[in-house]
Amino acid sequence: MRYARKFAVLRKQSLLGDAISHAALPGIAVAFLITGAKDSNVLLLGALVSGLIGVFWIRGITTKTHLKTDTALGLILSLFFGFGMLLLTYIQKQPNANQAGLDKYLFGQAATLVESDVLLMVIVTGISLLVMLLFWKEFKLLLFDKNYAMTLGFNTKFIDGLISFFIVLAIVIGLQTVGVVLMSAMLLAPAAAARQWTNSLSTMVILAAIFGAFSGVFGTAISASQNNLSTGPVIVLVAAIFVIVSFLFSPERGIIFKQIRLIKNRRDLQLKKTLYFMYDIVRDHDDISRPHAIRILNSFQGFTKKTLSKLEEKDWITIQGQNWSMTEDGFETAANLYNNNLPES
Amino acid sequence: MGTKIAVAVDDLTVAYNYKPVLWDIDLSIPEGVLMAIVGPNGAGKSTLIKSILGIIDPIAGSVAIYGKPYTKQRDKVAYVPQKGSVDWDFPTTALDVVMMGTYGSLGWIKRPGAKEKKLSLEALEKVGMLAFKNRQISQLSGGQQQRIFLARALVQNAAIYFMDEPFQGVDATTEIAIINILKELRKAGKTVIVVHHDLQTVPEYFDWVTFLNVKHIATGPVKDIFNDDNLTKTYGINYKVAVQQ
Repeated sequence: MRYARKFAVLRKQSLLGDAISHAALPGIAVAFLITGAKDSNVLLLGALVSGLIGVFWIRGITTKTHLKTDTALGLILSLFFGFGMLLLTYIQKQPNANQAGLDKYLFGQAATLVESDVLLMVIVTGISLLVMLLFWKEFKLLLFDKNYAMTLGFNTKFIDGLISFFIVLAIVIGLQTVGVVLMSAMLLAPAAAARQWTNSLSTMVILAAIFGAFSGVFGTAISASQNNLSTGPVIVLVAAIFVIVSFLFSPERGIIFKQIRLIKNRRDLQLKKTLYFMYDIVRDHDDISRPHAIRILNSFQGFTKKTLSKLEEKDWITIQGQNWSMTEDGFETAANLYNNNLPES
Repeated sequence: MGTKIAVAVDDLTVAYNYKPVLWDIDLSIPEGVLMAIVGPNGAGKSTLIKSILGIIDPIAGSVAIYGKPYTKQRDKVAYVPQKGSVDWDFPTTALDVVMMGTYGSLGWIKRPGAKEKKLSLEALEKVGMLAFKNRQISQLSGGQQQRIFLARALVQNAAIYFMDEPFQGVDATTEIAIINILKELRKAGKTVIVVHHDLQTVPEYFDWVTFLNVKHIATGPVKDIFNDDNLTKTYGINYKVAVQQ
């Protein structure tokens, strides 16, 4: 089940998860009204059906009308959630003691999970994993280039439907733990965090699964150690921490390392600009190591004491008192500076 | 040049939201030509390729590849989409994208193996991208991404190649590299059909040309039909282009 989530991220359909989880609510209520029992398997089946109807309608709206996808998502989300809330309120007013606890599907209540619920989760996860491994190639192809997949003869509607079905299934299974309102965060957060650390689809899937699992374990442990913390929101918060840390600290895409690289590049460029300016002066003379006054660099803005000592450190120039002179090495470096398309830094 | 007809389009009409994009197109492309499809923006050039390939459903008309419907001839056709049509931030490598070219012959579920990998590496070498095989695709330049797409089509080892603006946003080096590969394909007897924007290079690159502006205007050898008359009919204004013979 955890594997379905990163496909939602890669499809740029992040809002889809939100719409589906909200769309599942009326299904739960209707299933309860029909059976009158709180058997979680039956309720989740109801959630699955209404979630799928939601997806189906979103598809229909976007293909048959001029409305954009986000409009369709918003429409289905509010329509189904509103209807679900209406039904829940109606059920709450029934003179039937049985209805208590249905609202756990709103925010989730991991504490009420029983052995059979966990077993169901394990089975669904296993099936999802199997389907993902079987259709890995097809999923990747469709997500990267749908039109090309069509020309190769793959039934893209089938693959698309399969992915959507497992996204709905993953959401529905998570409803008991995290609830309708926060489920989409669980769908997206681990995948978004995982994307920061890797450029490989398979690694991303495994990482997302690990992040998701850790969020679940840590979240449950934290909420269990405190009296009044409900599990679902704590799990989501832990997942959010994974996202924040990943966005800040991942080596390649992270904000901090990006900034460090930017500053380093800028300094490097500054250094090379100064060197080139010196080269411009030096190349008019026969003797390249002839000393020049540091003062004459003043007209050039890129010069600071630090750049000079950096240049000396690299053995490109030598400094004697108020004068500098260029070394052979520096002269050669400067001469070749703009010869390559991309100067190696 | 063979006398066989590689692609035959019959009465093809395509419309988006009731507005016709292609109107009653009749077109036959002989085997072994290197053909440019030219026309102004919105003329339906990409749409023509996409409807031949079954990506877009036409409201009328039919397409035959070597006399049979396209769905029966998929293995004879390769497609190079517009570079901008995919998300290059997708987490995968250059080699992996090229390997997708083997998926069609593999069919459902079966994974690519050593043979497919070898074919893909050969294709990468042909487009001069072997050194970049493990490079993340987002870190490739526009020209390199285009070469990867070309390599993916080469892997398919098709008889007919459809390419949607392969020269868009690539530098001169890549453009020359690509056109040399296309000319090699023609030499090997393949049919290559290219949506093209740069009218100046048509006589130099191609031997066959189709003029298109919603309606089909003309198709034939560049030396016979690439003239002011057809350009004016297609672009609506008096279009002077020096035709290099």
